[in-house]
Amino acid sequence: MTQDDDLAEVIGEFLVESGEGLDALDQAFVELEHDPKDAGNLAFVFRTIHSIKGASGFLGFQNLEKVTHSAENLLSQLRDATLLLTPEITTVLLLAVDAVRQMLLNIEQSGADGDADHSDLIFAMEALSRRPEVSTESKVLNSQEPSTSQVATSDQDGSDDSGETVYLENNEDKSVGELLIEAGKAQPEDVQAALQAQLAGDPRHVGEILVEKGALDSSDVVEALNTQRKESGPAVNNSTIRIDVALIDRLMNLVGELVLARNQVLQFTANQPDSALVETTQRLNLITTELQAGVMKTRMQPIGNVWSKFPRVVRDLSLSVGKKVKLYMEGAETELDKTIIEAVKDPLTHLVRNAIDHGIEAPEMRAAAGKPSEGTLSLRAFHEGGHVNIEISDDGSGIDSERIKAKAVSSGLISSEQAAKLSERDASALIFLPGLTTASAVTNISGRGVGMDVVKTNIEKIGGVMDIHSVRGVGTTFRIKIPLTLAIIPALIVTTADNRYLIPQVNLVELVRLEADQALSSIEKIHNAPVVRLRDRLLPLVDLADVLKTPKKNQIPPTSLEGEGQGEGVLDTTFKPINIVVLQADDNQFGLIVDEVLDTEEIVVKPLGRQTKNIPAFAGATIMGDGRVALIIDVMGLAQESGVISQSRDRSAGEAHAASVVETVATQPMLVLGVGSASRAAIPLSAVDRLEEFARDIIETTGGKDVVQYRGSILPLAYVSQILDLPSTSDDIDVLEVVVHTSNGSSVGIVCDSIVDIIDEAIKLQATNSRPGVTGVAVIDGRVTDVLDVDFIADSVRLSGPGRSKSYAVVAS
Amino acid sequence: MSSSTQSQYCTFYVADHLFGVGVSEIQEVIRYQEVTHVPLAAHSVEGLINLRGQIVTAIDLRRQLALPERLNDSLPLNVVVRTEDGPVSLLVDEIGDVVDIDESTWEATPPTVGGRIGDLVQGVYKLQNELLLVLATDRAVDVGASTGI
Repeated sequence: MTQDDDLAEVIGEFLVESGEGLDALDQAFVELEHDPKDAGNLAFVFRTIHSIKGASGFLGFQNLEKVTHSAENLLSQLRDATLLLTPEITTVLLLAVDAVRQMLLNIEQSGADGDADHSDLIFAMEALSRRPEVSTESKVLNSQEPSTSQVATSDQDGSDDSGETVYLENNEDKSVGELLIEAGKAQPEDVQAALQAQLAGDPRHVGEILVEKGALDSSDVVEALNTQRKESGPAVNNSTIRIDVALIDRLMNLVGELVLARNQVLQFTANQPDSALVETTQRLNLITTELQAGVMKTRMQPIGNVWSKFPRVVRDLSLSVGKKVKLYMEGAETELDKTIIEAVKDPLTHLVRNAIDHGIEAPEMRAAAGKPSEGTLSLRAFHEGGHVNIEISDDGSGIDSERIKAKAVSSGLISSEQAAKLSERDASALIFLPGLTTASAVTNISGRGVGMDVVKTNIEKIGGVMDIHSVRGVGTTFRIKIPLTLAIIPALIVTTADNRYLIPQVNLVELVRLEADQALSSIEKIHNAPVVRLRDRLLPLVDLADVLKTPKKNQIPPTSLEGEGQGEGVLDTTFKPINIVVLQADDNQFGLIVDEVLDTEEIVVKPLGRQTKNIPAFAGATIMGDGRVALIIDVMGLAQESGVISQSRDRSAGEAHAASVVETVATQPMLVLGVGSASRAAIPLSAVDRLEEFARDIIETTGGKDVVQYRGSILPLAYVSQILDLPSTSDDIDVLEVVVHTSNGSSVGIVCDSIVDIIDEAIKLQATNSRPGVTGVAVIDGRVTDVLDVDFIADSVRLSGPGRSKSYAVVAS
Repeated sequence: MSSSTQSQYCTFYVADHLFGVGVSEIQEVIRYQEVTHVPLAAHSVEGLINLRGQIVTAIDLRRQLALPERLNDSLPLNVVVRTEDGPVSLLVDEIGDVVDIDESTWEATPPTVGGRIGDLVQGVYKLQNELLLVLATDRAVDVGASTGI
């Protein structure tokens, strides 16, 4: 190995260690601001800067050395309490830390510490350190001959009482001179002479001088430096190693596959009589579980790793906007998977910045509101039921829901009627809408469009849920609930129509089972929407088979009112117990009716292919123990599909998601029709020619089609109830409500049960699959409504091809 | 079209039509696999299969080509094709041979061939006894436009 390689290695180590030290410095400084006399922190800061300075000197990074040297001078005075830490000093020292970080980056990239001019910074630091009376000998030594302080101080060990703390420190790190003497590489007198030369003004280092004089080889100096570094490092370092994250990721994938294979083996052996096989399988099961936990643990990092930069962020930001903010952190040791840590970093930073910029008021305003002038921002993290909860709360002004509403209306995101109906809580949640910023002016901190919608989307991307709780004048709390890990998640297996589906446990609230007679009495219907009273609150029910449009096995019994006509005994035998999975989607809970609830299983989430991934109800798929594929339910998507949560707060906020969902937003006036007892359909008003009422007895038939004579021609009729496959209530009504639609010169009458209203609002049309005659489904007037494909309907009942219809009609009449 | 330079085609039958896909586009051909149906998916998506731990979408070519439904007593085979978004399985009735093609026998799909076949077939090779319809795999795996009516 050449000397160059040695040196490169030394520099590499120097960079890694210095980098780690610097990361901890930001936090230490901010803590120091609160307790400027914290000797432990001061010593730590001094030691970190000191080691960087020492190494940079030997490695020949002069700019770096100069900056760290000045910082060290300032710090030594702070530590000796001859100078008290002021915000001014902290700012300058933080700037120095930034400068050092930049230079380290330069070294890493180019091998040199760069030629940026730091003289202003150095001047500032020197000016600050010159301010107090500097009288003790050690100060003079430190400030005038800093590069020798390492060696010189240890030579004078114990001889100078005033600098005791300094020397105690330096005793921990033996000087290079001492090490060289100990190793027998250099003579004590040579080192002494070199030190003298330094005192006399030689700018070089002890090592350099010694090498020049031929007293020793440069590799010996490098070795001594290495020894110095090793000795100064804490012993605990020896028990840890650095591992490439990619390797851990690969291990994690393999463990995921192993878990799947284990699940399969377990299933196969479940019915095997061979006890040895069963025993081995059980051991395999145990070992796999432990291995999974172990590998998962290697990826776990305390959330404090992300939080550690917040004290600095909060400090800088609050200074720049002229606010006073105190940061509390609780649960920094809460561990999360590395990928999740990475994923929540930006959203959390955004929330912290928002809280300071928008949440916490200026000191005067706070005083006027009778609050302490210093605002409080608290971060809390804690484990709960296999997830991690993170709360970011401020005691600021809270969210002005009226302003948000006004803003949302003026941005065209919601209509003023909708706004008027919103509760305080729902209004707060409007800030998650894309394109809404509450900052009246765009600042360099926030309001630049990277909005709360992105934060929310990012949280949801990692399977998390997020909600907001804000009280005007009291403060705002954001609550984020995220899974511990993404790769392997616990999920509940349910079945409907003999197909298995998986529900991630993060969304699961509880399981409710209603026996048949219970179901009869506790499930009620509000206009065909079933609800159940659960602990005195109404829980909307959604049948999974309905949402997925798969055949139903079980039936919700009719309400007791409807059921009165029929014998109760018949119902009891017809209806099986009802299983309800209570799920959380956004702020809402809803009950999902499934046929069976089987078990929970650790599953590996696999993405769906292009052909199926745009179905909002599914988040992915996994391979089950029997080797078959099962779909994972996306609870948010399901809730939207079933109308549990309104479309306006739809996840498609995220652009990525919006792109994959086939939907269109239109502000087309729609004619809403009632079909059957509860369903609704809509026709674009532009497709409506006239509204007519026909007496039932004028209907004639031709070619198996119902027609009426209308304005001198024949009007074929199409029944919406047939198109939607719904029972019609109008069979016994004498007058038909008919919408006349004309295209290509021929007309068609669309028969419905009632004309409800004309609604003019922005609708999101979600394309449906395989329902001829239906363009899609949209929420109109707060109800899920089928939007009819009028052209298709017209074609299906048209008596003949376009163009010829008129003459045909004439002939027929 | 890139596949017009290929000379080897993997062939298969769908509703008595002989289709071909360039061998380089084929990942593998496997027997019938148990399929997990995907509710709410496009009509031509038959479901998902487990291809050695990988989850692959299976598309029923008959439905995708708007051909009559397969009779219940015959199980389809999986022709797994490589696409930009990973492998996709095409369900076919029967597997034919890998045939060498004389490039000069190529002709564009006659304009009278309408419907889904017209959309998904990018050309025809005139074989000795029958016509080989060259399937455009990118369009064959695209279910966005086919709503299964």
